[in-house]
Amino acid sequence: MSNVFIAFQKNEESRAIVNAILADNPGAILNEQPAMVKIDVPRRMVIRKSTIEREIGRDFDLQEMQVHLITMSGNVDETDDEFTLAWHQ
Amino acid sequence: MQIDLRTVSITPLRQTYNHVAERLGADKPASRYIEGTMDVQATHNFHYRPTWDPEHELFDPRRTRLVMKDWYALKDPRQLYYGTYTQARARMQEVAEADFEFVESRGLAERFDDDARRTALDFYVPLRHVAWGANMNGAYQCAYGYGTAITQPCLYAGMDQLGIAQYLTRLGLLLGNQGDLEAGKQAWMQAPAWQGLRRVVEDTWVLKDWFELFVAQNVALDGILFGLAYKEVDQAISGKAGPTVSMLTRFQAEWAQDAAKWADAVIKTAAAESAENKALLGQWYAHWRGRVQEALLPVAELALGADGAAALDRAVAAVDARMHKAGLAISA
Repeated sequence: MSNVFIAFQKNEESRAIVNAILADNPGAILNEQPAMVKIDVPRRMVIRKSTIEREIGRDFDLQEMQVHLITMSGNVDETDDEFTLAWHQ
Repeated sequence: MQIDLRTVSITPLRQTYNHVAERLGADKPASRYIEGTMDVQATHNFHYRPTWDPEHELFDPRRTRLVMKDWYALKDPRQLYYGTYTQARARMQEVAEADFEFVESRGLAERFDDDARRTALDFYVPLRHVAWGANMNGAYQCAYGYGTAITQPCLYAGMDQLGIAQYLTRLGLLLGNQGDLEAGKQAWMQAPAWQGLRRVVEDTWVLKDWFELFVAQNVALDGILFGLAYKEVDQAISGKAGPTVSMLTRFQAEWAQDAAKWADAVIKTAAAESAENKALLGQWYAHWRGRVQEALLPVAELALGADGAAALDRAVAAVDARMHKAGLAISA
């Protein structure tokens, strides 16, 4: 089964998001490029608001993530608390 | 002529400072908060002991009875350093200013119910003297505390209290006039209802142990007073006369939640360090909680009448629950 991935611009805020993704997705593969960071996860990736808030130290609206987003791949399922990327059959 | 374009990837020689890398366990990028906080305070080569306190070094962990192996364990979950602190407060201030603007532009203060106006002026205006006391205490904790992780947010809390004193002053000027501020000062200095609280505030000023002061001010007094003033009294006034006062005290209500997050994390870490710390913190908390509760009772009755005691009990219970969660043994 193929990977889903997401890529962010590299900055102070996206570092907290990336750390949260790595914490919540044990199979995540981190790929750090100049000015960009890409994360691959087999099949399914979950991005949790609560984990990001703990990393960043303040309230976080998951849609703030869009500001730093470069690209992603997978079917999106979005709620207030979780942003999930997966391949639906 | 042919030009070949190729990308060159330059990897930085190091991701962060050595002392930060040691703490993180690896050379990986650290947040600005970590880089701007960890090991910032000087620890060595002080040369002379201060003439005003020859028992201690200039920065000395022995100015409190609390013992920490690593004072930088007392991190701020809000991750405030100067940049994020000013940005966070600027956002809160913008909202608070908009509320003041709204109350002024719609003439809400003039049309406010006169009974509720009297209660608000009598209760909130003298509190600006409490906030000023808290400002002094924040500065003291920062000056005599140990380790940037804890001294930094202590000073921020002190500065916030100065802002709170200003918002209370503006509330007084908006609902009343210059004379009401002077009357508030008179009440603070002379009215029997305020003397218990004034004594508590003045007693905290002469506490030598800065961490006991943290427990007294940031946990007990702030926790209970803000719960009473900006939850209980606020609800009672807006129930009677609408949310005008809630709008004028919005900064304080939001600030109290923010500050509680930090205070809880500090107590939790300090209590988890050792059984001695836990016992000491429990003892400090029990002492100051008792004194604050006693001092606030006449003030609560001033604002809420017969409901004052029950409202104060709820405010105390809320802080008790927070401290219980943070790991202190609470004896009711």
